[in-house]
Amino acid sequence: MSDASRRTAERRIRNRALTIGVSITPFGLSFGAVSVEAHLSLIQVCLLSLVLFSGASQFALVSIIGAGGSYLSAVGTALLLGVRNGLYAARINALLRPTGWRRFVMAEFTIDETTAMAVSESRSGHPARAFWYTALSVYVLWNVSTVVGALVGNALGSPATTGLDVAGPAAFIALLAPRLTTARMRLVALGSGAIALVTVPFVPIGAPILIGGLTAVALLLVVDR
Amino acid sequence: MKLWLAVLIACAGCAVLKLAGFVVPSRLLESSVARRILDALPVTLLSALIAVSVFATGNHLTLDSRAAGLAVALILVAIRAPFLVVVVAACATAAGAHAL
Repeated sequence: MSDASRRTAERRIRNRALTIGVSITPFGLSFGAVSVEAHLSLIQVCLLSLVLFSGASQFALVSIIGAGGSYLSAVGTALLLGVRNGLYAARINALLRPTGWRRFVMAEFTIDETTAMAVSESRSGHPARAFWYTALSVYVLWNVSTVVGALVGNALGSPATTGLDVAGPAAFIALLAPRLTTARMRLVALGSGAIALVTVPFVPIGAPILIGGLTAVALLLVVDR
Repeated sequence: MKLWLAVLIACAGCAVLKLAGFVVPSRLLESSVARRILDALPVTLLSALIAVSVFATGNHLTLDSRAAGLAVALILVAIRAPFLVVVVAACATAAGAHAL
């Protein structure tokens, strides 16, 4: 690979990782604020962002506790939302093949954003770089914004007001685009989304994503036979 | 005390889930079926995540400003707009639609 194309890839990955990191900060602020309202201590809030480090699970946990739900349903929903990280991990494992202690470190950072970036850069030959740049950017900005949100509340207003509630979906579409060039994969992606939405009113929060994602893969395997 | 327990169990459980994918024996990942499943999974899971984060709130299906942002993102991705343009334009559109 030439130096020029390596530099281009490096710049692209750095800019994308930073864009994703910045776009999650309103959620970090909001998470910190919501957690304090749910009567979590600053240490507990920070522990969740430092250790659990998975936005959807964290939000589910503190929102359900804050709304007076049972601890069991709060933890259960958080875990259900965390299952997809395990599925991403199998993909990242096959893609990057970490060994020994590296697996433990990599596991901590295996989330939607890092997986989308690594998979998106797998054909350019830079999946590891994409994974780590995104991990660094999202981890630092998520934790800083959590602390700020917990201390001063959500100064930016809700993510809906700033439109940042679609930053994630927009970024994921852009990252998935190279994989959605065939009619077959587009159909699979649409099918996955449709199945997930159909189940939304009937199953616990977090389950639709798993049901949609796993059913679509199963259908793909059946059709391909 | 119960709150601490909930926080710690959630942290430990989510860490175990993340780690699960890394301790799968590598020979299980070699077969062609496994490879096809793993290759498609991030695409389908992220597609489902996109659908749910745009068209659902809790257990309710919703159609609001987020759909406008998603539409703009899809159009811009189709015409190969740069990454930052896609994200910023989608957010601006959703914010505008929300303000209306």
